[in-house]
Amino acid sequence: MKVLRAVIGVSVGLWVLVGLAYPLAMTGISQVIFPYQANGSQVKLNGKVVASAHVGQYFDQSQYFWGRPSATSPPYNPEASSPSNLGPTNKLLIQHIKARVALLLKTTPGLKVNQIPASMVESSGSGLDPDITVQSALIQIPRIAKATGIQSATLRRIVTQHIVRPQLGIFGRSHVNVVDLNLAVFKLLHP
Amino acid sequence: MSIQTILTWAVVIGVFLVTLKPLGTYMVRVFTFQPTILDRPLKPIENFIFRVIGVDRESSMSAKEYSLSLILTNFAWAVGAYILLRLQGQLPFNPQHFGAVNPQLAFNTATSFTTNTNWQAYAGESTMSYFSQFAVLSYLQFVTPATGGAAGIAFLRTLSGRKLGNFFVDLTLMTTRLLLPLSIIVTLILVAQGIPEALSPYLHVHSIVGQTQVVPRGPIASWEAIEHLGQNGGGYTNANSANPLESPTALTNVVLTIAMGLLPVAFFYAFGVITGRRRLGWTLIGVAGVLYLVMLALLYFPEAAGNPIINAIGLHTHANMVGKETRFGIGGTAIFSTSTMAFTTGSVASAHDSFLPISSIAFYMAMFLNMVFGGKGVGLLNMLMFVIITVFLIGLMVGRTPEFLGKKIEAKEVSLASVAFLIHPLLILAGTALAVATPAGMAGVFNPGPHGLSEIIYGFTSAAANNGSAFGGLGAALPFYEVALGIVVVIGRYASIIAMLFIGQSLLQKKAVPESAGTMHTDTVLFGGVLLGSIVILNALTFFPIMALGPIAEQYLMMAHHLF
Amino acid sequence: MAVGEMPAQRNYSGEILKATFSKLNPREMLHNPVMFVVEVGTVVVAWLAIVANTASAQSYDWLVTVILFVTLLFATFAEAYAEARGRAQADFLRRTKSSTRARLMQKDGSTVLVESSELVKGSHIVVEAGDTLPGDGVVVEGVGSVDESAITGESAPVVKSKEDAVTGGTVLLSDRLVVEITVNPGETFLDRMIALVEGASRQKTPNEISLSALLGVLTLIFVLVVVTLVPIASYFGPHATNTTTMVALLVCLIPTTIGALLSAIGIAGMNRVSLHNVVAKSGRSVEAAGDIDTIILDKTGTITIGNRMATEFLPVPGVSLETLAEAALISSLADTTPEGRSVVELAQKVLKMPELPEYEGEPIPFSATTRMSGIDLEDGRNVRKGAVSAISEITDNTPKELQEQADMVARDGGTPLGVEIDGQALGIIRLKDIVKTGLKERFAEFRSMGIRTVMATGDNRITAGVIAAEAGVDDFIAEAKPEDKIELIKKEQSEGKLVAMTGDGTNDAPALAQADVGLAMNSGTMAAKEAGNMIDLESNPTKLLEVVMVGKQLLITRGSLTTFSIANDVAKYFAIIPAMFAAVPALHVLGALNIMHLKTPHGAILSALIFNALIIPALIPFAIRGVKYRAESADKMLGRNIFNWGVLGVIIPFVGIWGIDRILGLFGLA
Repeated sequence: MKVLRAVIGVSVGLWVLVGLAYPLAMTGISQVIFPYQANGSQVKLNGKVVASAHVGQYFDQSQYFWGRPSATSPPYNPEASSPSNLGPTNKLLIQHIKARVALLLKTTPGLKVNQIPASMVESSGSGLDPDITVQSALIQIPRIAKATGIQSATLRRIVTQHIVRPQLGIFGRSHVNVVDLNLAVFKLLHP
Repeated sequence: MSIQTILTWAVVIGVFLVTLKPLGTYMVRVFTFQPTILDRPLKPIENFIFRVIGVDRESSMSAKEYSLSLILTNFAWAVGAYILLRLQGQLPFNPQHFGAVNPQLAFNTATSFTTNTNWQAYAGESTMSYFSQFAVLSYLQFVTPATGGAAGIAFLRTLSGRKLGNFFVDLTLMTTRLLLPLSIIVTLILVAQGIPEALSPYLHVHSIVGQTQVVPRGPIASWEAIEHLGQNGGGYTNANSANPLESPTALTNVVLTIAMGLLPVAFFYAFGVITGRRRLGWTLIGVAGVLYLVMLALLYFPEAAGNPIINAIGLHTHANMVGKETRFGIGGTAIFSTSTMAFTTGSVASAHDSFLPISSIAFYMAMFLNMVFGGKGVGLLNMLMFVIITVFLIGLMVGRTPEFLGKKIEAKEVSLASVAFLIHPLLILAGTALAVATPAGMAGVFNPGPHGLSEIIYGFTSAAANNGSAFGGLGAALPFYEVALGIVVVIGRYASIIAMLFIGQSLLQKKAVPESAGTMHTDTVLFGGVLLGSIVILNALTFFPIMALGPIAEQYLMMAHHLF
Repeated sequence: MAVGEMPAQRNYSGEILKATFSKLNPREMLHNPVMFVVEVGTVVVAWLAIVANTASAQSYDWLVTVILFVTLLFATFAEAYAEARGRAQADFLRRTKSSTRARLMQKDGSTVLVESSELVKGSHIVVEAGDTLPGDGVVVEGVGSVDESAITGESAPVVKSKEDAVTGGTVLLSDRLVVEITVNPGETFLDRMIALVEGASRQKTPNEISLSALLGVLTLIFVLVVVTLVPIASYFGPHATNTTTMVALLVCLIPTTIGALLSAIGIAGMNRVSLHNVVAKSGRSVEAAGDIDTIILDKTGTITIGNRMATEFLPVPGVSLETLAEAALISSLADTTPEGRSVVELAQKVLKMPELPEYEGEPIPFSATTRMSGIDLEDGRNVRKGAVSAISEITDNTPKELQEQADMVARDGGTPLGVEIDGQALGIIRLKDIVKTGLKERFAEFRSMGIRTVMATGDNRITAGVIAAEAGVDDFIAEAKPEDKIELIKKEQSEGKLVAMTGDGTNDAPALAQADVGLAMNSGTMAAKEAGNMIDLESNPTKLLEVVMVGKQLLITRGSLTTFSIANDVAKYFAIIPAMFAAVPALHVLGALNIMHLKTPHGAILSALIFNALIIPALIPFAIRGVKYRAESADKMLGRNIFNWGVLGVIIPFVGIWGIDRILGLFGLA
């Protein structure tokens, strides 16, 4: 039947073109032009891959900067990206936030509730958010200083050096990448 | 509101405004078979396909043949996709060694991707092999938006007094002339910004604190490009475009936002070009544009003001960042969310379930209307359906048989348009009612209180509108939802497309009435206002009760600091 | 008395009341899906009231039942009332027809008295002075004056002679006529008119069908909304909704206003056509009248008053105006045509001669060969007037000015008549068409509505052009033959336009049949009347304009009331939604939507329902009389009607429901 021939013909024809040729060609070209990005923006330390630049990592040690709460299991699991999906009137949402606020207050000397940005206690959309706001980084300095003995001023300088400004001055807002910050801290601790 | 937010929005909207004319005109040239610059590289490929299937580039079909070809082709894809997903374990490009996809999920995924809904009841990074991602799902993300675009183009041809055209030709050209070239450009931008494009296995990372992370890779950038250019919305990973692997920077967020809107907006302009009524094209762009801005405002201001219950804790900032990414902020998230809903893409850069109830009304609004530009072609079809209903409703008030584009709107068109209008609420309301009334349906609810009802409504609305985004909490992987939503997406997709094709054919057969002072003009600000009003009122009347029970009730409860 | 006025002497209220209730029959109701849903709802709530187990629930259920029932009655009343108005008109017509007896002519020429209902097509009857004509027919013998006032409302008698059409129900005043009956009993114009105004032969018109389809789907959507709301609301508990309230919500949402008035609007529209003494053969043609793009009008009788009039005397050099005027006067003394009389009148005015002087002589009638008429006076003078070329031929040394003046008159669209006395050319009489007053404004109105007017005339291009400009028509066809009209109609129709025309002659019949709206004159031939789809009993061609207006008004009324009906729903939601969930713990917050501050939940629902019912009788006058209509462009009209019916349609119910709630409060019901 003519229609069936057309149905199958057009399906297969387009499949070869956009189902096979397109992704394979794009992969090939990308591997040549942008090999670093195309292979996952690998961040290396002493030759070993310690991070994928855009993917957040879980830090709960006092001596490192903490990222945002992650709803994945375990936290910051790139194989199971997910938000919490908690609705705005869900008791659990408020419990989680309050618990997180309490944790920050307990672990950080001198921290007051009204210094904590909401993003620092609210979980991200992917569970892999690598970034925090500058304020979120600054409020953690007393804790890190206490745990590592690094001068607060040094830590503040590290934070300032790692501020990522809006792209082209337009897109996004100033933030810091937690993995980057912690790499800097790691280097200070392990010279 | 920061200057960055304003500039980001201005860039996105500015790009739409700058590109709609050249892209819309190009589209009309392609589909009226006039020469374009891409003829030289692409014509041989297309001609090869046409020769194989034995159709002539400029041949035409009847509405019945066109619909039948469309349905048969889509059916073939669904069957093919189902088989390939079931055979995943035996197929190549599977470095993570994922096994066969289970039957229900394979059915749900095949129907959902074939209908351009791209609702996902699975997490891509832990379910699908590279082959399934690019050769099955990414392929469908090319050809299914091309299907909707083809139907839209066929309808436009009839409005311009041309024959309907040939479905197979339109499908091919939509793929080769629009989606493929744009995808290549967008892919390269995305890779440059840091989205992986590789076939090597998942990356193992050992962090400085001794933890191991497995970072998915694959042809993600090429997927992202077509996912958005085709208003598909199926995420490569579970978190979709909130995942830094799919959208690593604020710039990729903006590029994806723009990619979604390019073709739907240009389609509205193409309508003006092909019918020779540019002013009417601009009127419709204006109406959809106003609704787009309303959504943008709804998705920004309440979110920036935050959840009063959380604000009571007394934090440093008030913006609702639950489920949002730091690099996008409230402003970048708002424009992405507005676009993904307006253009019925359904990808997400944030957790829609965690938006404030009042903001979420923008999500529902977009999906109820399904024409705030909408998916390319299909959104325009829906807009024109509302135009026909509005013209008829109010057109009588000028003392003439209502006309649209010079064609009298009579019983046949009114009936077809009304039926097309009816199907959408039928699917949403009946589906929601069924889910609430059955334990199987209620089992999928994640959040307590009215928000749980909102999740169900969102699920069925998203399916009926072929949007594909979700209030992620809903247990969409339950058999009840896999089957019910699978059925809803199929009816929601094809019923209105086919009704509109038949309206087009019926209009084509009518003699055009010349315009006079007695003709109600549809290309005026007045008509634009009336159209907007009737769209809003007709939909509000249909959906106000369920909105009252879901987001409106929850909003008032939230303002009263009520928790569930 | 005109046909359309309601005869005061008869009381129709009894019939209206009876029909109001008999129309509640569900089988009849099924034709109107919107009101059928209301009827089903009424029965459901009544049943709930009977089985209710608490006194308060029972009284609420009964109240809702009563209001729903009254809503139904308002709807059936509207239809019954419109029909009764038609019937009043029909009765008036029928009275002129009832118990007419006729003298049937036998083959041998003798007559027998029979009932008029026994007459068939082809019967020959004799009508004597004082008889009422028993049916429509054509005069085959005799001349007589006929009083047609029963049909046309025009009191002046009309002279009918051989081949003239006569209408059943009219009265022969003098003389004797032999008439051939041309229609079978029950098919006369009177019968058709009666059937039409009574609504008996009413079929749904195309727009009515489309509108019904849309209303049907809207009703279906609201049924869907309300029916699914029951399970959906059960999310908040098994008894979150109350069935009576759900029925009330449904009735408030479905477009009951337009549903109740739709058929009344159609019936009243037909009645308005017959108020103008026009018989439309179908409702479809009346609706089509609203869509007309082009109107073709005959010049003579429609645009001009029918005859040319003398307006000026133009003497040749050397001849005084008075000399010319006197000669013109004399030449026209024996001319009884309207043109001739107008020459006499003008001459009297010029000569300041109130009384006609006496002249003796032999009149010379006009003939096609001489193309002149005049008089040979006893004093020997021979005076002639006629075609300028003919006058030139019989005069000596004809001054060239005569031809120049004639050309000038023709250029201005007039008709020149030469005048001579005893071979001496005296000058020219200018005859001119007189355009009816008010037409220019009328045509301008039509232009503003986008309707093009085309004048058809047998005159030459120049004359036609001048009159066309004077009358303000958009176009004209000069030297028109009947075929030219058909050509024009076909050409316009091929461009997708709808064309209306009037006609009376047999040679107009094909064009009348071809036109989308063909208005035949009652004074015209049978063939013309058969070909048209409307007949003007007063034989006034300008009536076409009224018919177009009625057609437009019919559509506007439907559109406006539909828009109003839907716009009303917004306020009803704000009344009912907060009220209906007031008892559900999680949803009492929806009370915030009670922006009208209605006092109690039941009061709010009842107020909305009462408003929904009361708006029906409140709009009956609009349904019957039609929404006010003025000639303006579609876009202007849209703006005005959108405000009047759309915007106010949203606002008015807020005020109305609030007001009703306060009044209910006074009675302790809210």
